[in-house]
Amino acid sequence: MAPETIEPTAPPLRAPSPTPTYRPLHALPPPFTSSNLEVLTQGAEALVYRSVFLTPHTPCVVKYRPPKPYRHPVLDRRLTKARLLAEARVLVRCKRDGVDVPRVLGADWEAGWLVLEWVEGRTVRGVLDGWAERGASVEEGVVGLMGRVGRAVGRLHGIGVVHGDLTTSNLMVRQGERKEEGVQGEQSKGRMTTSEMRMLAEDGETPSFPSVEAKRQEQRDELEGDIVLIDFGLASHSTQNLQDEDRAVDLYVLERAFAATHPKAEPLFQKVLSAYGESFKGARAVLKKLEDVRLRGRKRSMLG
Amino acid sequence: MAPSSPPQDTTSTPPRPQETATSQPPSQSPPAHIHTLTLPHYPTHPIHLALFRSVTNAPTLRSQLLSSNPLFDYAFLDATVLLSPTHLLLAAQLALHAHLTGKGKTRTPHSELVFRLHPNNNIGEAYRKFGMGDESREVLVVKFGGLGEAVAAEWVGKHLGEVVEGESVRMGEDMEEVAMFADVAKVRKIYKLGEGGAKGKGKKGTDVNGDGKARDELKGMESVILGMMALKGS
Repeated sequence: MAPETIEPTAPPLRAPSPTPTYRPLHALPPPFTSSNLEVLTQGAEALVYRSVFLTPHTPCVVKYRPPKPYRHPVLDRRLTKARLLAEARVLVRCKRDGVDVPRVLGADWEAGWLVLEWVEGRTVRGVLDGWAERGASVEEGVVGLMGRVGRAVGRLHGIGVVHGDLTTSNLMVRQGERKEEGVQGEQSKGRMTTSEMRMLAEDGETPSFPSVEAKRQEQRDELEGDIVLIDFGLASHSTQNLQDEDRAVDLYVLERAFAATHPKAEPLFQKVLSAYGESFKGARAVLKKLEDVRLRGRKRSMLG
Repeated sequence: MAPSSPPQDTTSTPPRPQETATSQPPSQSPPAHIHTLTLPHYPTHPIHLALFRSVTNAPTLRSQLLSSNPLFDYAFLDATVLLSPTHLLLAAQLALHAHLTGKGKTRTPHSELVFRLHPNNNIGEAYRKFGMGDESREVLVVKFGGLGEAVAAEWVGKHLGEVVEGESVRMGEDMEEVAMFADVAKVRKIYKLGEGGAKGKGKKGTDVNGDGKARDELKGMESVILGMMALKGS
């Protein structure tokens, strides 16, 4: 049978005209210009830049959600605003309740940008990669780091916030002295911080820098430092007690991230969980729930 | 209503203090110390700051503000409720951004600055809490430049030196002096932060040396305040 051409009975559907952009897409709205920005990364929704804010010596992160031309302009603005504000509000709530997250420094929800504190340090992902490269020995430093990760996540869940995308890349180890739980600095006394070493190295005398002891010291130091949670783009807050499921999914996603980072990192996750279990009332219930989630994966079964 | 002067940039520019200085009674007062800065991303908008202590003529100055005297196009802030340089700088940045993008809720960047410091949307209340009061003795004066008429730091200093009866405080590059009169309890009350700033559930910040703890607590409190200011009106 030869296919017949059918006359359309109605005009074809047309997409609404794209979001008007008076500047090329992905160019930031004022006051930002490309000259004072440096691209860090790009996600599905946002572009992340490094810039400065308030003083020329205060680095910051600019998270910009550009307009999506494929969305209806009205919907686009609404979604951008809602998502940007949701993220910013969760961050402020975390700060208020003493969870270590970046500060919110500025926002323009109509223009789609959010300015956050620059956290100096490395991601847990990067730190673990380095650790694995050095032979992945289960030493004191890395075990301590796992404990801090567990407590940080526990504190977050304890105030009713679920992260929504908890990976090792979204956890950072803040560079500098550690303040958490009063464990502070005794051991780091008499040690050089990495920045001090860098300064020494920059002052010439380079041969003094890569001494084996200093190098080892630097590696140990990067396992120290407070845990900072970042990227709250998918986070949510609720006071209702029904979120054990979501909390367990947070842990499950983190567990998978550990496994994906390095096979030797996977057993370490037990340390994270045991610290988590002690961190807030109800943590035990979440760990129980985690066992269910492990059996079926992140997505909830339709049969309930 | 909020004391504020008419918008600038109009053809009827207010007389420059340079010209009017001669018409005012000759004065021997030395010029005030002015600290001028520009915020990143706003290179063409210098901001002039002058800090005073032991101010004795706050009521007179206020009456000039209330009568919208074009010569008094400044923000006069109560320095006891400024927590830190960052606190002030963020308010200035938000005010400038709102003003330049036409999203301001008030008529001038100076009134916008007072408004942006306040946690809610009541302009009059913002002036009562953050603006200079009749009793104020520690005052920070802010003048935005680059908005039409040229503003030279020299004549801001000269003018303020003449009109403000008080001791001018010289500010350093890091502007730490902004916080020297801060009344932390008062700031905490304005922003409705309960005991202990970032409350941390008693777990966080069990720091060893008391000094470090107080500093951390201030930092946490500042973080929350900055967040509240940045998200105001959302």
